[in-house]
Amino acid sequence: MSDLVVRAEGLRKRFGKTQALDGVDLAMRRGTVLGVLGPNGAGKTTAVRVLATLLRPDEGTAEVAGIDVLRQPQRVRRRIGLTGQYASVDEDLTGTQNLVLIGQLLDLTTSDAKKRAAELLEWFDLAEAAGRQAKTYSGGMRRRLDLAASLVGHPEVIFLDEPTTGLDPAKREDMWGVVRTQVTQGASVLLTTQYLEEADALADEIVVINQGRVIAHDSPDGLKRRVGGLTLRVRPADPSRVPDALRVLDAVAAQGTSASADTAAGARPGAVSVPVTDDYVLDEAVPALRRAGVEVTELALHLPSLDEVFHALTEGAPQANQQKEDELV
Amino acid sequence: MTTLDIPVRPITGDIDRPRGGPVAALARHSVALARRSLIKTVRTPEALIDVTLQPVIFLLLFTYLFGGAIAGGDRHAYLQFLLPGMLAQSLAMGGIALGQNLNADIEKGVFDRFRSLPVARSAPLVGAVAADIVRYLTVCLVMLGFGTVMGFRVETGFVPAVAAVALSIAFGLCFCWISVWVGMLVRTSGAVQGVMFLLVFPLAFGSNVFVATNTLPGWLQAFVHVNPITPLVATIRGLLVGGPVAGHLMATLAWMAGLLLVFVPLALRAYARRA
Repeated sequence: MSDLVVRAEGLRKRFGKTQALDGVDLAMRRGTVLGVLGPNGAGKTTAVRVLATLLRPDEGTAEVAGIDVLRQPQRVRRRIGLTGQYASVDEDLTGTQNLVLIGQLLDLTTSDAKKRAAELLEWFDLAEAAGRQAKTYSGGMRRRLDLAASLVGHPEVIFLDEPTTGLDPAKREDMWGVVRTQVTQGASVLLTTQYLEEADALADEIVVINQGRVIAHDSPDGLKRRVGGLTLRVRPADPSRVPDALRVLDAVAAQGTSASADTAAGARPGAVSVPVTDDYVLDEAVPALRRAGVEVTELALHLPSLDEVFHALTEGAPQANQQKEDELV
Repeated sequence: MTTLDIPVRPITGDIDRPRGGPVAALARHSVALARRSLIKTVRTPEALIDVTLQPVIFLLLFTYLFGGAIAGGDRHAYLQFLLPGMLAQSLAMGGIALGQNLNADIEKGVFDRFRSLPVARSAPLVGAVAADIVRYLTVCLVMLGFGTVMGFRVETGFVPAVAAVALSIAFGLCFCWISVWVGMLVRTSGAVQGVMFLLVFPLAFGSNVFVATNTLPGWLQAFVHVNPITPLVATIRGLLVGGPVAGHLMATLAWMAGLLLVFVPLALRAYARRA
């Protein structure tokens, strides 16, 4: 049995003049979180809708939990949970009524559906609001109810389409906690997001989609490595030693680069950064700093942020990256 | 949020088989979804205006506006003639809200969730239509109740009156599939109302509801004769105030079957296509 719980090949979908999906391949390993990143209109939601059996692609094949999405959608539906981009709870129903209805549609008996609803409402901190209509809920509470609704059937695969858009940072981290717990309990999660931070925090692997095509598929660290390489950052204890630090670090700079004082907006001044090729440079840099008598309060190797990766990938020509991708996926 | 452990699903039996087979599952899912619609109706009673206050106002207006002129000044005689027709008209108009509600549900994304669940494709529509029984029953009770206050009297008996109510509800359930279909086709719920009024008004007014057909010009008589509302009105009249029933009832039942045969598949297809 394949260890891939989501597998899609060559998905194409056109809406009028827009080619929403232009040959998307996806692969997600069981028990992992796959982050699907991309700018607005990249095709993320369309891809999720195809995998969640809501939309038939014009071309291509897809399997979820080992079942063909196009041939046996009902069997797929018993194994997935979906939380859409917009909280799709029924506002006139109470929290309990929303979840019991989903349970009944999943063929639970009414008493099991009620038990499951109570359990999930408790878990999502909605027990007190259980008897209130969802229209009285705050945005965060609605999102939680929506997520709870997608978990009623103990799904093997959970699709979350921008689950934290519009949530404040504390609520977002609550959501992350939920996602992590689901994964430790054996579920696999495919999540689309526009927040790189979210993908970095949750995803085991990241797929970057742009203009209906996959332009990268790698681990978060792998992506970071592909784009920028490592940076060594040093902060001298005495700010007046910055020129000395620059001189020392120039010696370990990757070919064709040099050390520079950090001047990025918002960064605390007084640090020095240098692009390096690998972590062995520490063996040279640390003794060299000591010999020069530069005391440091900070010395660290950084991968580029996913922000930088994302911009590098989406601003470059997608076609150029496509070939590399075919090997990776 | 707590970290309470949620037990993993105990696998019992074949999870790919709906409990009790596909037909039982469709019935069960439709009932669950009908319950959802009913809860919404109870929570927003103002949504029942079109089957309560509106028919009452129409009945008052038409009885006192036209009654004096039409039936030789005998308002009671006109009320006896008009009420069965107004009932049929209200049933036809009462279905419009259904298409609007379904359209709004789809726009809000509620139906996306239903579509991602292992229920028959038709269940959300069948459930919503089934819940409309309550609205059609309301129309019947309001019309007969308020009509009685205005002086309307059933001249046949209890059983024919019950039959008239049952037929009315059944007709409403068939006729509303037009509204469901339109609700799936057009983009906004406002547009559903516009399109449906355009369809229902000629049927509701170009009929035998307000005046006897033989007073109309020939071309309009021709339209009235092919209007599905006409045999329904004639049947309800026969059942409530007396007159021939059998032939009109047959024509009504044929229309009902025809409406179902045409508009249920159209609605289901339009629903499936709506991404």
